[in-house]
Amino acid sequence: MNLSLLKLEIATAGLAMLVLMLDVFTRRDDKRFLGAISAAGLTAILAWSFWGGMVEGAGFHGMWINDALALFFKRLFLIATILVTVMSVGFAGKIESGVGEFFALILFACTGMMLTASVSDFVMLFVALELVTVSFYILTSFLRRQVASLEAGVKYLILGALSSAFLVYGITFIYGATNTTSFAGLAEFLSAKGATGLVLLGVLLVLAGLGFKVASVPFQIWVPDVYQGAPSPVTAFLAVGSKAAGFALLLRLLYGGLLPMKATWVALIAVLAAVTILYGNLAAIPQKNIKRLLGYSSISHAGFLLLGVAAATAFGTGAVLFYLFAYVFTTLGAFLVIVCLAHATADDEIASYAGLARRSPLLAAAMTVALVSLAGVPPMAGFFAKFLVLSAVIGQQLWWLAAVGAVGVVASLYYYLGVVKAMYWQEPRDEGAIAVSLPMKATLWCVMGATLLIGVYQGPFVAWAFDVAGRFMK
Amino acid sequence: MIFDSYSLLNCAILTPLAFAVIVCCLRPTSAAAIRWLSILGSLLTGVLSVMIYTRFNSSDAGFQMVQKITWVAPLDLSWHVGVDGISVVMILLTGLVGFAATLVAWDVTKRQKEFYVLLMIILSGAMGMFASLDIFFIYFFHELALIPTFLMIGIWGSGQREYAAMKMTLYLSAGALVALFGLIALYVGLPADERTFDVVKLVAFAKGQPFSAGFQHLVYPLLLFGLGALVSLVPLHTWAPIGYGCAPTATAMLHAGVLKKFGLYALLRIVLPVLPSGAEDWNWLLLALLLGNIVYGGLVAMRQKNFNYLLGYSSVAHMGFAFLGIATFTYLGITGTVLLMFAHGLSAALAFALSGFFFAQTGTREMSELGGLCKRMPFIGTAIVMAGFASIGLPGFANFPSEVMVLFGAWQVKAWGVKVGGATLSWPVIVAIWGGAVLGAVYMLRAVRDVCFGVLPAKWQQLSDANFPAKLPYVVLLGALIWAGVYPRELVDTIKPAAIAVVEAMEKTKAREPLPPKPKPVQAKRAVKPAK
Repeated sequence: MNLSLLKLEIATAGLAMLVLMLDVFTRRDDKRFLGAISAAGLTAILAWSFWGGMVEGAGFHGMWINDALALFFKRLFLIATILVTVMSVGFAGKIESGVGEFFALILFACTGMMLTASVSDFVMLFVALELVTVSFYILTSFLRRQVASLEAGVKYLILGALSSAFLVYGITFIYGATNTTSFAGLAEFLSAKGATGLVLLGVLLVLAGLGFKVASVPFQIWVPDVYQGAPSPVTAFLAVGSKAAGFALLLRLLYGGLLPMKATWVALIAVLAAVTILYGNLAAIPQKNIKRLLGYSSISHAGFLLLGVAAATAFGTGAVLFYLFAYVFTTLGAFLVIVCLAHATADDEIASYAGLARRSPLLAAAMTVALVSLAGVPPMAGFFAKFLVLSAVIGQQLWWLAAVGAVGVVASLYYYLGVVKAMYWQEPRDEGAIAVSLPMKATLWCVMGATLLIGVYQGPFVAWAFDVAGRFMK
Repeated sequence: MIFDSYSLLNCAILTPLAFAVIVCCLRPTSAAAIRWLSILGSLLTGVLSVMIYTRFNSSDAGFQMVQKITWVAPLDLSWHVGVDGISVVMILLTGLVGFAATLVAWDVTKRQKEFYVLLMIILSGAMGMFASLDIFFIYFFHELALIPTFLMIGIWGSGQREYAAMKMTLYLSAGALVALFGLIALYVGLPADERTFDVVKLVAFAKGQPFSAGFQHLVYPLLLFGLGALVSLVPLHTWAPIGYGCAPTATAMLHAGVLKKFGLYALLRIVLPVLPSGAEDWNWLLLALLLGNIVYGGLVAMRQKNFNYLLGYSSVAHMGFAFLGIATFTYLGITGTVLLMFAHGLSAALAFALSGFFFAQTGTREMSELGGLCKRMPFIGTAIVMAGFASIGLPGFANFPSEVMVLFGAWQVKAWGVKVGGATLSWPVIVAIWGGAVLGAVYMLRAVRDVCFGVLPAKWQQLSDANFPAKLPYVVLLGALIWAGVYPRELVDTIKPAAIAVVEAMEKTKAREPLPPKPKPVQAKRAVKPAK
C-alpha cells in the first residue's frame, strides 16, 4: 500500500477536517476566515503538486492510478476549488448558519473530485462519485430559508439518487457478466468475448449515470432548476467541478475499460454531443434568469466537450483538456460577477443587469469577458477551446457534427450577447454604484487576465494539454 | 532598432492596442486627453502604414518584412507577419481610413472613452488581419475587429440600432464560422506530419502536392459562402445596408472601408492559391451570385430613400465588381480587384463620413427631407459630389482604373475564349455588368442631386460647413483617392507581382486528377429486340 500515491487527497481531506475543527473555536462573526484558511491551504496543496515530487503509478490492487491525466485533473480541481472558496467568502454574508461546514463541504467535494481523476475500478468510481454528490446534496440546499434553494436541493437529491442507482445497477450487471470490477478486467473481457448483451446493458447504465454528472442530454433535466436555486458559489462549483469530474471519469472509462468497443461508443457519444449542443443552446435563448441561462449554457458546453471525446483521438482528448481548463476560468469569472451582484440586486434576473456598465464598469467588463469567452469569440480562451474541439471533429471527417457545432455557436452568440446588450445599452434601474471588496476585485482581475492570457498566448497550455493527452492515449 | 523593417508590422498591429490600453486607464472625465491620445494613436498607425508601404520593394514578388515566432508548437501555429503587394496596399488603406475615422469620431460625446477604446481595437484587428500570414491569426484578428462593431452599433448607433447590431453580428459571425470550417479543413486535409496553419507553407506544400479534386470541390463552397457573407455576397448581403444605416459614422467608415474587404482578401490570400480546381468548378455559381450583387444590388439601391441605405446597397453592388475580378482568375482581374478594394475602401469611408457630417446637424438621412446642402455647406457638398463621382467610377478617382482593369480582365477571358470553370463569360453577362455600372451612375447621381442641389428647405438654413480641422479627414481620403486615380501605376506596380504570384500558384495547385465522374443513374434497360 503506497500511501504517497494518495497524498494530495489525504492533504485535502485533512484540510477539510481542520476547517471543521477550527469551526468550533471560531466566533460567529469571524467564520469567513475559515474560507481564507481553506483557500490558503488549497493553494499550498496546489503548489505541493508542482514541487512535491508527485509519484506516478498504479496501486491499491489496480483500483487507483496516478498518471499525467490524473495530475492534470487534480490541479484543475484545486484551482477551481480555490476560486470557488474565494467566491464563497464573498458570499458568506448570505449564509445564515453553518459557514464553517460550507467551506468544509466544498473541500470534501474537492477531495471526491480528485479521487475521480485516478479511478480505474468501478467500486472506486462509485465511491469517488458519491463523495462528490453527497457533498453537493447538502451544498445545494444550504440556504435553508429560501424555497428555491430547498427545491434545488430536493431535485438534485432525487435525480442524483436516481443516477447513482443507474450507476450501481449497471456496475452489478458488468460484474455479473465479467466477474471483475476493474477497468482492465473489463477491457480484457471485451477484447476476448466482445460486448455481450448483459455487459452492454451494464455499460449503458453506467454511461447514463455519468451523463447525469456531465449534464448531457437526455440526463440534463435537473440542471436549470438546480442551477437557479442553489447558492451561487455552489452553482459555480457544480458547473465547473462536477462537470469536469464527470469528464475525468468518462475519459478514464472510455479509454480504460471500454477501449475495445471504441467504434460503438464513438457513434453514441457523437449523437449525444449533437443533441446536447442543440438542446443547450436553443433552450438557453428564451431564458430571463442569468443562473438559469448559465445552466443551459453549461449543458451546451457539455456537448462541445463531448465533441472532443467523440473525435476519439489524442488531439480530441487534448482539446477536451484545454477546453476544461479554459472553461474553469471563464465560467468562474461569470459566477464571480453574479456573487458580487448578489448583495446589490434582489434577484438574478437579466433585467437587473441593465446598465451595469454605468454602475460598475469592472463587473460589466468581467462579465463581458466571461460571456464572450463562453460564446467562443477571440481573443478569449473559449475561442481557442472551441477551435480545438471543432478541429478535432473535422479532422475525423465528422462534418455533420461540426455543422451542429456551428449552429450551436451562432445560437449561443445570440443569448450571450443579449446579456452584454443589457449591461451596456440599457438604462439602469437605479444609478447606485456597486461596491466590490478588494479580494473580490483582485480575483476578478486574475480570472479576467487568465481568460485573456489563455486565449492569446495558448502555446504553453496547449502543449501541456496535448502532452498529457498524448501520454494518456499512448 | 525599433524601426527595423520587419518590426514595423508588429508596431502597426500593437500601436493601436497600446493606445487602447492607455486610453482605458484614463478617467472618463478627461475628454480632451482621451480624444487627442486616440488621434495620436491613429496618426502613428497611419504613419507606420505609410512607412510600411514606402519601404516595401515592389520589384520583389515574395513576402517582405517577415517575422515568425512559434506560438503553439504542437499545431504548427505561429505569429507570422509579412506583406506582399496585396496586403501592403490593404495596410495602407487601413492606416488612412483608421486615421480619418478617428478624426471623424471627434463629436462623439456619449461614453467617449469606450468609443475610442473600441475604435483602437478595431484598428489593431484590421492591421493584424492584413499583416498576418497564419490562418489562425488572420481569423483571430478579424474577429477581434468584428466584435467591437457590435457594441458600437448598439450603444452609439441610430434608428433600429439593436436589431441592426444583432443582425450584423450574427450574419458575420456565422459567415466567419463557416469559413473557419473551410480553413480547418485545409489544415486537416494535409498529411498528419505536414499540418500547418502557416499560409506560406500551405501554399508551398500544395504546389508540390495539390489537394485532390474531390477535396477542392467540397471545401471551396464552404469558404466561398463563409467569406462571401463577410463581403455581402448576394443572398447573404442583407446585413450591410441596415448595419451601415444604423452604425455610428466612424464604425461605418471602418467596416465598409476596411473590414468588409477581409473576405476578398482571404479568398486571394488563402483560398485561390490552394483550391483553384474547386474555384473553377464553382465559378458558375460565383458568377451568378456576383451578377446578383451588381444588378440586383443596383436595382435595390435605386429605390432607397435613406442616404446610408443607398450607400450600403451601392457597396453591395461594388463588391460584385470586386468578385468579378477574382472570378476571371487572371492577374489583370485580380490586380483590378485589389485596386478596387483600395478605391472602394476610401470612397465608401468618405461617403459615410460625409453623410455622418450632415446627419450630426440635420438628424436625418432621408433624401426627401434634404436638398440644397451645397448652399450652406459648400465644402461638404462638393466633397459629396466628388465621392459620388468616385463611386460611379469617373476618371480621376481610383475607382476608375480599378473597375476598368476588372472589366478588361473579364473581357480578356471572353476575348481569348478562356473557359471560366464550366461557364464561358458570354455576351449577356458582359451586358448585365455594364448595365450594373450604368445603374450605379443613375442612383448615385440622383442621390447627389437630392442631397446637394435643389431648394434648401427652410429648416436647414442654420446649417454650417466644416471648419478647418474638421475638413482634414475628407481631405486625406479624397487626396488618396485622387492620387491613386491620377497615378494608378504606382499601386498597380505594387500589386501586380503579388497578383501574378496568385495566378501562378493556381496553375501549380490544380488537382492532378479530374473530379471522379458522378455515377450515372442506371437506366432501365429496354428489352432488346431480337435481331431480325
